Amino acid sequence: MNRTRRALSAMVAAGALVVLAACGGSDDGDKKDTSSDGGTVSGEVEVFTWWAEGSEKAGLDALVAEFNKQYPDVKFVNGAVAGGAGSDAKNVLASRLQTNDPPGTFQAHAGAEVTDYINNGQIEDLTQMYADNGWNDYFPQTLLDRLTMDGKIYSVPSNIHRANVVWANPAVLEDAGVDPKATYASLDDWISDLQKIKAAGKIPLSIATDWTQVHLFETVLLADLGADGYTGLWDGTTDWAGSEVTAALEDYKTLLDLTNEDRQSLDWPDATQLVIDGDAAFNVMGDWAVAAFEEQGKKLDTDYLAYPVPGTDGVFDFLADSFTMPVGAPDPAATEAWLSTVASPEGQTAFNMKKGSIPANTEADTSGFGPYQQTAIESYANDEIVSSLAHGAAAPISWLTDITSAVAKFGSTGDLGGFQDDLAAAAEKNAG
Amino acid sequence: MNRGWRAWGPPVLLILPSLILIGVFVYGLIGVNFNTSLTDQHHRIGGDVAYVGFDNYKTLFQDDTFIYSLKNLLKYTGAFLAGTLVLGFVWAWLLEKGVKGEGFFRAVYLFPMAVSFIASGVVWRWLLNNAEGDRAGGLNRLFEQSGLGFLQNQWWTDPNWGVVAIAMPAVWQLSGYVMALFLAGFRGIPDELREAARVDGATEWQLYRHVIFPQLSPVALSAIVIVGHMSLKVFDLIMAIAGQTNYTTQVPAIQMWVEFTRGDYARSAAIGTILLVIVAFLIIPYLVYTYRQERLTR
Repeated sequence: MNRTRRALSAMVAAGALVVLAACGGSDDGDKKDTSSDGGTVSGEVEVFTWWAEGSEKAGLDALVAEFNKQYPDVKFVNGAVAGGAGSDAKNVLASRLQTNDPPGTFQAHAGAEVTDYINNGQIEDLTQMYADNGWNDYFPQTLLDRLTMDGKIYSVPSNIHRANVVWANPAVLEDAGVDPKATYASLDDWISDLQKIKAAGKIPLSIATDWTQVHLFETVLLADLGADGYTGLWDGTTDWAGSEVTAALEDYKTLLDLTNEDRQSLDWPDATQLVIDGDAAFNVMGDWAVAAFEEQGKKLDTDYLAYPVPGTDGVFDFLADSFTMPVGAPDPAATEAWLSTVASPEGQTAFNMKKGSIPANTEADTSGFGPYQQTAIESYANDEIVSSLAHGAAAPISWLTDITSAVAKFGSTGDLGGFQDDLAAAAEKNAG
Repeated sequence: MNRGWRAWGPPVLLILPSLILIGVFVYGLIGVNFNTSLTDQHHRIGGDVAYVGFDNYKTLFQDDTFIYSLKNLLKYTGAFLAGTLVLGFVWAWLLEKGVKGEGFFRAVYLFPMAVSFIASGVVWRWLLNNAEGDRAGGLNRLFEQSGLGFLQNQWWTDPNWGVVAIAMPAVWQLSGYVMALFLAGFRGIPDELREAARVDGATEWQLYRHVIFPQLSPVALSAIVIVGHMSLKVFDLIMAIAGQTNYTTQVPAIQMWVEFTRGDYARSAAIGTILLVIVAFLIIPYLVYTYRQERLTR
């Protein structure tokens, strides 16, 4: 009996939640206004993200403040779901999309990560919206190329991070007899200096758990295959089983042998901390790592160095968050209003200043950004842009999952041939 | 007719709600899960889903990583069972011998069970850090500093026996529970039996071998089933210590989660069904056994 009563009350509670959710979702459907003039759009937009704390929350708050300024009549509803670095939010989102209860807009990594939503017919083509609002002029053409799938664009990028950055501790380099001012044209030059650091008894290259290994792996592929060869891995023009990839895998193995042995026990902040503390010379990590250096009062070029991973100079390995227009969004005009604030120079400046990334919109005012960000902004405007694998831009989630497990397996078995077989099999399974 | 209804009607009505709920939410959903595992729904939203028979199972058993994870599960379960049974029995035996402050020791040994696997996993993640030498932390550091440096090892990152390291925290947490089971078993043996054996001239070993152990075997069987099925479903401890992508600690439950989060529902459902069958191998003989025992004693 007790069990029944509990089950009943649970069902009542669940029912109440459903009713609440329905109320939140279907509001003011008749107040639609297709004009994009800020003053006349009204209604509300539920913005679904996993930005629930820290600098991400601060960035979202700044973006919302700008949104309220641009569209005072549109109500912002925060639909953030915390936890699991976004994986909890993605599970919640999947079930909402499945039951035809989409939010006004949702966050997704720009690029291939949205292909699953496109294939399922869950997000709208925004090509026309880009043309109508002149957004094509906001973003560099190479970025637009990376975002375009079969001639169409499906999302609006809000911020840009760079993945192919190496962070170094100049004091450690000097102690090991390596010139901190040296620049490396290729991985081979770099590896020979890494050997010197190893001989001096420091960790040459710090690394952490599996996804950071995928991150290093992608920069090695980029260095050895070049931007075109690397991009070809994702569209099928570069052969995963080919000899160029084999050479890159050998370089990856060499680099992995020069890392700390306790990598599986660490996450990226621990690996970056090894460089900050002077236990390790180099760390390859995305440019969100700059916050770790700045928080501890370190100065660029004196206390730490940051430059593109050797062999990838002139290439900007990007990842970005972006916002979408779900099919069946409760209030498309309000969603368009949100997207237009996200795309606007003012919105991008406000958001990225707080989040610590750089604006995707090249017209955004970047005078207040930090010294590292200034270098990234310059590279972003001039370099060739390629998509990051480890962060969802280059390949769909399913492919990334397969590559991650292949990298994790190689990290523990060291079987290079098996590694390439696994990668080739993953490409065959996912590219088709 | 009317009398018959009076006799069995109320009890049936009473259990009907829970019967329906369990029927729908446990057995019904097991059915749905099995059904999904026979389809090709490898994406979040299928559109047209076709039946592919047992293809998902076939590909799983051709997948080296899945076979590796099954082997891991076997090693883990072996270590977990052996560890908890041996430690639990020894502790129960020591307490049975009549130490001072039995209540205190009982609480101390039983208490780790109250800690969640996630919480203890976070601590053991640090204890089982695999760095050696200068950068060693946790247990390796302890070995290093106490002159036992040769004992330092890779713990859960070892490709062959790494998963056994995960069993250490599990043994630590569940041994107390097994001790409690054995202690109850010891207490359930009437003193008359021991006295009778002693009067007949049995040595201490013979007393255990022929009187105590047979009385304890139902307890040992319960302990094996309870600990064993927990072991087969291990998930939270590995997530907290090694994370879901780590290769050396792959087990089916982790792979099921990875497949689910990437949206490959069919494969995930197939792994879930395999897990259920493995657990059933353990549980069903036990249920049959207890059912027979109950009929015998009735």
